[in-house]
Amino acid sequence: MVDTAYTGDIASPEELAARLDEAGYLADDGLATAAFLALRMCRPLFVEGAAGVGKTSLAQALAVVLDAPLIRLQCYEGVDAAQALYDWDFPRQVLHLRAAEAAGVTDVGRIEHELYDRRFLLARPLLQALETTPSVLLVDEVDRADDEFEAFLLEVLSDFTISIPEIGTIRAETPPTVIVTSNRTREVHDALKRRCLYHWLAHPTFEREVAVIRRRLPGISERLADDVARAAHRLRDAGLLKPPGLAESIDWAAALSALGATELDADLASRTLGAVLKYQEDTERVLESVGDLVISGGQP
Amino acid sequence: MITTDAPRDAVEVIVGFARRLGQDGLAVPPTRVHAMLEALGELGAESLGAVYWAGRVTLCASPEDIECYDRTFAAYFSGRPPPAVRRTAVTPIYRPGAVPADPAAPGQGDDVDSPPQRLATASRIEVLRHRDLAGLTADEKAEVHRFISALTPAVADRVSRRMHAAPSGRVDPHRTVRAILRHGGEPVDLRRQRPLRRYRRVVFLVDVSGSMAPYADTMLRFAHAACRTRPGTEVFTVGTRLTRVTRQLQGRDPSAALSAAMAAVTDWSGGTRLGDELAAFLDQWGQRGTARGAVVVIGSDGWERGDPTLLGEQMARLARLARAVVWVNPHRGREGFVPSTGGMRAALPHLDHLVAGHSLAAYEELAGLLGGTGQARERHGGRHA
Repeated sequence: MVDTAYTGDIASPEELAARLDEAGYLADDGLATAAFLALRMCRPLFVEGAAGVGKTSLAQALAVVLDAPLIRLQCYEGVDAAQALYDWDFPRQVLHLRAAEAAGVTDVGRIEHELYDRRFLLARPLLQALETTPSVLLVDEVDRADDEFEAFLLEVLSDFTISIPEIGTIRAETPPTVIVTSNRTREVHDALKRRCLYHWLAHPTFEREVAVIRRRLPGISERLADDVARAAHRLRDAGLLKPPGLAESIDWAAALSALGATELDADLASRTLGAVLKYQEDTERVLESVGDLVISGGQP
Repeated sequence: MITTDAPRDAVEVIVGFARRLGQDGLAVPPTRVHAMLEALGELGAESLGAVYWAGRVTLCASPEDIECYDRTFAAYFSGRPPPAVRRTAVTPIYRPGAVPADPAAPGQGDDVDSPPQRLATASRIEVLRHRDLAGLTADEKAEVHRFISALTPAVADRVSRRMHAAPSGRVDPHRTVRAILRHGGEPVDLRRQRPLRRYRRVVFLVDVSGSMAPYADTMLRFAHAACRTRPGTEVFTVGTRLTRVTRQLQGRDPSAALSAAMAAVTDWSGGTRLGDELAAFLDQWGQRGTARGAVVVIGSDGWERGDPTLLGEQMARLARLARAVVWVNPHRGREGFVPSTGGMRAALPHLDHLVAGHSLAAYEELAGLLGGTGQARERHGGRHA
């Protein structure tokens, strides 16, 4: 059904983890294994988890590791085949027709043939990914799209072919590496999940969060990375409307570091809360006891 | 345990594992078992870690699956009993098992068709229609339930972002140009498109605490009728914990669906911490999308064991996300009802409708009310002050 996978020369999950690390992405055992299997088994990897835990960055890092372009399809309600697969460039077709008429071409068969030439075909992300070898295809936030979209996504991801009536079937020489992400705002159809390998990405442990912050912001002081990770963990346990993800703690650390901070104190924390909390109610609640956030030591 | 040089054994072990998962509540189709074996082939099965991850990424499809998978994996591969399951065994004081397995219940089967009997049934239903559910016998309740299951509760459609061809509406450039191409470049006529209409989601939150015991199963019946009418309806039960029973209510047969849902709920007739449970619903589901633009129906008497302030806050949050919030309170149908319970008072400012849910007639009214809900922007004027 599909040809051999494109895996570069990666032989084990450990090696993939090391290569992702070089690309600036720290993957734990589970994630590295899941991604490794996705590469070897030519299956899409379905990654679910809260917002900001690193689903999208995984695809970006994989693209760097495989030295392949990242092709991204952002899903939204109403996304359809013309926006995801391909579309004909109608205005250019009409222009071509008019030009041919003006030039006095009378061979109807020839004009018709020319009209559905490959150059009038606009490749959208899914078709682009099939035609680019190697490539990493990111289908982002598939839960935002609707059922109809899932159905044709399933078709494309099952055998990595797209049928265009006027041209024929376009088949991927080597299937792209596919990452499908979901924030779980609704249950994605089982048929689609069954085609994929599934990985649930949880919030990172304290140690990993420190490691990720220091990896992403090399100039940051060790103390500040510790403080930010600890505060982020406390915020996640505080029952907020929107607990901060890993992306928010990286933003926060970057904001603090831009202010020249080397450690977190109550004053700095309250001035920079906007980088980590996105609801007014949350900010108010945290400001009441901002001192608790910055007590160092103890349990994160 | 599993060695790569004995592949047959590995297959047997994994198939046995899949069967065990099925027994523990995670049904695994053969294609996924096949995927797990393929994954094992890639990873090599020397370490238990590899077996664990090979299975987890291929057999699971949601965080709930992972919970079940972890338990079964520990039990199956170490031979030791699984870690203590968190489910506390609540002794069901009330378990609505009185739901008839078969609509044509024995005892009234054969002679139901004779005219006098049918008349008698009709007038009995008229009487039953307005009686409080709490005072009905098991047989009477079964009869009411049959009528509830025949309802088709659904809310008005919403306008989708997706377009479809229509005789009038906005110009559809794609189809228009395609038509021009078909006519050799002559602009013939304009093709038009209109937005599609889609079902608006309905979300049920059913209180299953002790004080709601006589009403909760009827409310679930109603929710099941809504699930059958409109796919995409979501149902949760709240008590001392939040349980999603949407999947259990998918079957067409009301009795089977209800039994499955009841088996999944572990906190029947316990206490109520509405505020906490509502917060859990909004955190895990509502805010991410389930409640957005939906019509949310809460079935509860508002007896709140926790802090009513929290419930008020969470209701405000829900009201901001949802299209409309309908509260079904069985006591609303009683004469001289005043929303006096702490929970009810806290919730009241954030409701679009407060309706009764104590009798068959009340449920019929509720179905009618839902039909007109979510159509126009009624909320700002319509909300109780």
